[in-house]
Amino acid sequence: MDKNSFLIQAIVYLSAAVVAVNLAKRLGLGSVLGYLFAGIAIGPYLLGFVGEEGKELMHIAEFGVVMMLFVIGLELEPNLLWRMRKLILGLGGLQILVSAIALGSIAYLAGQVWQSSLVIGLILALSSTAIVMQTLTEKSLLKTKAGQSSFAVLLSQDIAVIPMLAIFPLLATQQTNVVSTSFIANLPGWQQTLLVLAAIGGIILAGKYVVGPVFRWVAKTHQRELFMATAILLVFCIAELMIMVGLSPALGTFLAGVVLANSEYRHELESDIEPFKGLLLGLFFIAVGASINFGLIAANPGLILTLVLGLVIVKGVILYVLGAFFDIKGDQNMLFAVALAQSGEFAFVLFSFAGQYQLLDEQTTSVLVAVVAISMALSPLMFVLNERLIMPRFFTKQKAKRESDDIHETHPVIIAGFGRYGNIVGRFLKANGISATILDNDSDRVDLLRKFGFKVYYGDASRFDLMKAAGAESAKLIIIAMDTPEQCLQMVSLVKSHFPHLKILSRAYDRKDAFDLMDAGVDNIYRETLDSSLRMGTDALSMLGLRAYNTHRAARTFLRYDEKALTELLNYRKDTSSYIKVARDRIAELEELILSDMRDIEITERDSGWDSDALRKAVAGKDVSGNASSNEIF
Amino acid sequence: MASVLILFAHPVYEKSRVNRQLIDKIADLDQVTIHDLYEVYPDFDIDVAQEQALLLAHDIIVFHHPFYWYSVPPLLKQWMDLVLEHGWAYGKGGTQLRNKKIFNAFSSGGSFAAYQKEGHNRYTITELMAPFDQTAFLCKMTYYPPFVVHNSHLLSPEEVAVFADQYREIITGLRDGRFSEDDLVSASYMNSLIQKSYSL
Repeated sequence: MDKNSFLIQAIVYLSAAVVAVNLAKRLGLGSVLGYLFAGIAIGPYLLGFVGEEGKELMHIAEFGVVMMLFVIGLELEPNLLWRMRKLILGLGGLQILVSAIALGSIAYLAGQVWQSSLVIGLILALSSTAIVMQTLTEKSLLKTKAGQSSFAVLLSQDIAVIPMLAIFPLLATQQTNVVSTSFIANLPGWQQTLLVLAAIGGIILAGKYVVGPVFRWVAKTHQRELFMATAILLVFCIAELMIMVGLSPALGTFLAGVVLANSEYRHELESDIEPFKGLLLGLFFIAVGASINFGLIAANPGLILTLVLGLVIVKGVILYVLGAFFDIKGDQNMLFAVALAQSGEFAFVLFSFAGQYQLLDEQTTSVLVAVVAISMALSPLMFVLNERLIMPRFFTKQKAKRESDDIHETHPVIIAGFGRYGNIVGRFLKANGISATILDNDSDRVDLLRKFGFKVYYGDASRFDLMKAAGAESAKLIIIAMDTPEQCLQMVSLVKSHFPHLKILSRAYDRKDAFDLMDAGVDNIYRETLDSSLRMGTDALSMLGLRAYNTHRAARTFLRYDEKALTELLNYRKDTSSYIKVARDRIAELEELILSDMRDIEITERDSGWDSDALRKAVAGKDVSGNASSNEIF
Repeated sequence: MASVLILFAHPVYEKSRVNRQLIDKIADLDQVTIHDLYEVYPDFDIDVAQEQALLLAHDIIVFHHPFYWYSVPPLLKQWMDLVLEHGWAYGKGGTQLRNKKIFNAFSSGGSFAAYQKEGHNRYTITELMAPFDQTAFLCKMTYYPPFVVHNSHLLSPEEVAVFADQYREIITGLRDGRFSEDDLVSASYMNSLIQKSYSL
């Protein structure tokens, strides 16, 4: 059996992931640690399923990071980014600078030349976007002060990779012939700069003016997989463009994500990319685990251990001090320091890049790679330690305050379906100051509504991932007003099974549909024609000369009895389901209607408190008998 | 222990300063049912059978409302018109409410002094309560004096809180039978039963 056949490889990776992640989750360690252990287990030093090709895999898996930044960008509106500028530039910039100087000095004292020391300091100052973001998301810490600050620092680190790539060649002491993958590397400097600017401008313009129409065009086919393909194509194109001009693909897709954050396709894109992102990231963590060189560690355990601890402690202390300067308090600051104390995946890329320019010798590089990988693997463990040992002991758990600048916009109401019915509900809510997250799967309608300033998102609302992206977990109500009864029912069962806390208000088309919804357990059902038909009937009675208030109350009473009859008929329908099935259509419907109308006689007997008949009779009785009841009439 | 039904009628509860606090203060009491009429019948479409069943299940009825034009808000009047039916609440065979107790609890913008013969409202609260007194009489119920929060627009939040405490004291006192029937019938304000009388 060929150990390297695609299927065998896939089976090895997937089963390792399934088992390890599941175990890690059960032990409360988080999925990242699970993937890393899976990687170590199948790596060359334990089971040996994966050999040198693990490095190849890492390159593919790095695409998970690219996709993750795209999704992060999608959740981040430009104005929010602007509001975070102080954290990104101030806190992030200082973190890189101070950490690089501190770590670089240590390297210099350890005998490296200053150029190599600078390179080592800069590279190790970076943290792992993949691990930190994944862990923070999993623990729902992204919206806390620590989460937001961590995110800002990671973002500025991602940006800092670009100048680093530019500086390293200048530091090179020996002239080397480097084969650059960059398409424009051989052009003069000013042309390179222009092309880079053009590429970034192109992404912004395309995101604003081209991507929308393309998605609309694709959405019209109503083929979900085609939409997904387009989304992935978009990410691939941006990544390739970035590589061509020598920028980080992650940064490019992040930018594209931010540009598309305001678009109607945001939630759909997010949920389409999400599973790919998750799997690729998992693969990436497995690759990190598999790439840890246990041979090297076994040869110098003391050195490696000292380096890892030194790295984490130096970075952690710097983060904690800076955090205190930027007003991050108590347990939040501890979390912030613990979160970012490791080194990141960019280190692997940058070490090999620096190696190309002879800035680092091979021995140093392999030791540092091992240190980075171990620090990454330790990171989820440190989260767990911090959570279980440090937090409870040293910090009274400060309530994680929710910042008003949330990455997600969350509304208390979700409207699924914004057609002729849903739009009235939505407008009415809006007129009363309640904003709703609106989902609709008619791309023309979404387009039109967007022009009128409604925040409508494209997508099939009855999909779990889209509902999740739309904030179903934090919403209070869902208004179901989709185009067909089948869609509404599908939606109801989705909400009932995955978001049971949501109160459901559903539109029904007719009585049969109302029955189906009642069977599905919906309490608030609105038959779409009922109220307007009754209003018409009321006006008709008025035009025939009946008093308006009388007809109005008659309509209210009719409505009440009709709803009551509906509930009673539901049971009747259940009892004689076989009969109804045979006589299904109109006859049964008519029979039900007549049955309910027989109760309408009660409508004419209402409001007896205003009815003087009874009083007249009583007065008449007094006239005959002259008894004492007369004093009870007012 | 007697049971108490608060028939609460306030068309703009969300803007209420006084009644909201009063209601909040008694919301957790055992044997006390708060029935928010404007919340249940926003379209004035009162379910008479349901209301009569509620009345039958309680011993003490409270009309709790702001004092609008020397009377109750329209929904409470609608409630009286429709629920207190001839032959059920009064008239021949109308004995369902016999021996139940009833009184009004309300906030009023006017001062105690304004509700005097010499004051600008010219009639006392007791005189203005005559329609409710008589309604109770016709329904064979005992009419108790009203609980009144005067000067409702001028009260500070702390002062309102004091009245809320008094209201709770009165409702629990009535529920637990702590007041003498003679005092209840002879007082002109329910407030004086807990020694918090108004005076000129």
